[in-house]
Amino acid sequence: MIAVIDYKAGNLTSVMKALRAAGTDPVVTDDAGMVRRADRIILPGVGHFAATRFLEERGLKAAIAERIDAGAPFLGICVGLQWLFAGSTEAPGCAGLGAFPEMCEKFAPGKKVPHVGWNSLAIQPGSRLLAGIPDGSFVYFTHSWRAPVVQDTAAVTEYGEPFTAAVERGNVMGVQFHPEKSGETGLRVLRNFLELPGC
Amino acid sequence: MLTKRIIACLDVRDGRVVKGVQFVDIVDAGDPAELAARHAAAGADEIVLLDITATHEGRGTLLSTVQRTAQRLFVPFTVGGGIRTADEAAAVFDAGADKISVNSAALARPELIGEIGAQFGAQAVIVAIDARRVPGTKIEHAEVFVAGGRKPTGRRAVEWAREAEERGAGELLLTSMDADGTRAGFDCELTAAVSEAVQIPVIASGGAGNAQHFTEVFREGRADAALAASIFHFGIADVRALKEALQRDGIPMRLPC
Repeated sequence: MIAVIDYKAGNLTSVMKALRAAGTDPVVTDDAGMVRRADRIILPGVGHFAATRFLEERGLKAAIAERIDAGAPFLGICVGLQWLFAGSTEAPGCAGLGAFPEMCEKFAPGKKVPHVGWNSLAIQPGSRLLAGIPDGSFVYFTHSWRAPVVQDTAAVTEYGEPFTAAVERGNVMGVQFHPEKSGETGLRVLRNFLELPGC
Repeated sequence: MLTKRIIACLDVRDGRVVKGVQFVDIVDAGDPAELAARHAAAGADEIVLLDITATHEGRGTLLSTVQRTAQRLFVPFTVGGGIRTADEAAAVFDAGADKISVNSAALARPELIGEIGAQFGAQAVIVAIDARRVPGTKIEHAEVFVAGGRKPTGRRAVEWAREAEERGAGELLLTSMDADGTRAGFDCELTAAVSEAVQIPVIASGGAGNAQHFTEVFREGRADAALAASIFHFGIADVRALKEALQRDGIPMRLPC
C-alpha cells in the first residue's frame, strides 16, 4: 500500500491525479497506524513549514521514521523535502525529521520570492529517482525557502544561488519541485519512485 | 535558469471558451478541456481558466468544467471568476485547481487573500488586477476596475498591487484593459510600474499579438510571465513557435517542452 500523508498543508488533488496517471492508486491518510502498514510513503505539501508540526502531534513522524528504517521508500515533495532536513527558519520551533542535518533558509534578498516557474535541473549521475531524465530538464517550482546543497543532493537548481532541487540517500528521497505539475518529466520522477524496490 | 512563463488563458462562459475585444464582442472559441490539453501539449507553461461572467451574473465558478479540464493536465492550473470566500476557493481546489485568482471579491474584502493563503499557501493565491490608464495622468494613476471591467473602483493599480502583496498574494495577474483584445502589444509601461512596486511575480495580460510583444513585456515590462488567449485559440500563434521565437530573442524559455 502506498500512503500519501495528509497533514492539512495545501491540496492533494493534483498529487493524487498524477500518482494515478503514473499507474498507482494510493491511500490518503493522517493515521499513524496506516503509515506503519505502508510499503511506500509520499509526503506532499505546499504552504508553511509549521504545518509539519501536525506530523509530530499525530505520531506520524515516529511512524515514518520506523518505516524508513525498515527500508520503505519515502518521497517528500516541496515542504516534504524540507522536512527531511533539521528544520527551517520559516518555523524555527518546529523540528524536521533530521535525515539531513542542515537547515532550510529563505532565499537571499535580491530575487523575487516566491521562486515560481519552470527551472532546470543539474542532475548528479547515479540518481535513481531521476533516472532517465536528461540533465537540464525543466520542472515546476513554487517556494520561498530552500534546502542547501548537501552531500546527498541529487539535483541542483540555481535561483540567485544554488539549492537542492532533489535529495536522495538510499530509500530517503525528496524533491523541491512539484512532479505532479512538471509535465512528462514529473510523471517520470513519480514512476521512478514507484518502481524502486520496496521493503 | 528560471524561465519566463507563457500562460494560455481560457475565458469561459457557460462552459465554453470565449474571447472578447476589450471585454465585449464575445465569440466562441471551443471546449475548455480540449483547448487546455492542446495548449499544454504545445508547450504552454501554465493554463488559466477565468469564468468571465461569474461576478456579473452572480454565478459560482463552474466546478464541473474545472474538474474536466484538470483531469489530464499536468502543468499548473489556475482558476478564477466569482470566488468570494475561502470555502468557495476550497471547492475549486478540490475540483483540481492548483491556484485560484481573486479579483472583485478581494477588492471588496481584502482579508480574503490572507484567508485563502492560510489554508492553501500563499503560492496558491493570485490577485488579478484589471487596470485602465487615466488619460492625461501619470502611469501610477492607472485605475482598477472590477466586475469584468464594468465598474471603476477609484483605486490605483500600483497601490492595490502593493496591498495585495502585503496581504499575502503569491502572484499578480495584471490585465491592461486598454490593450486587452487589441493584439497591438502589452502595456509595458503599466506592467513595469507594477512589477517594480512588488517583490512577487507579475503575470502580464492584455494585448498579445505577436512574438515581439512578448519580448517587449519581458524586457521593458519586467514581467515574470505573460498570458494570452485569442492568439492561441485561433491558431494565429502556436505556443511552441512563440517560445522558439522568444528563445532566439534571448528570452529564457522552457524548451524542449
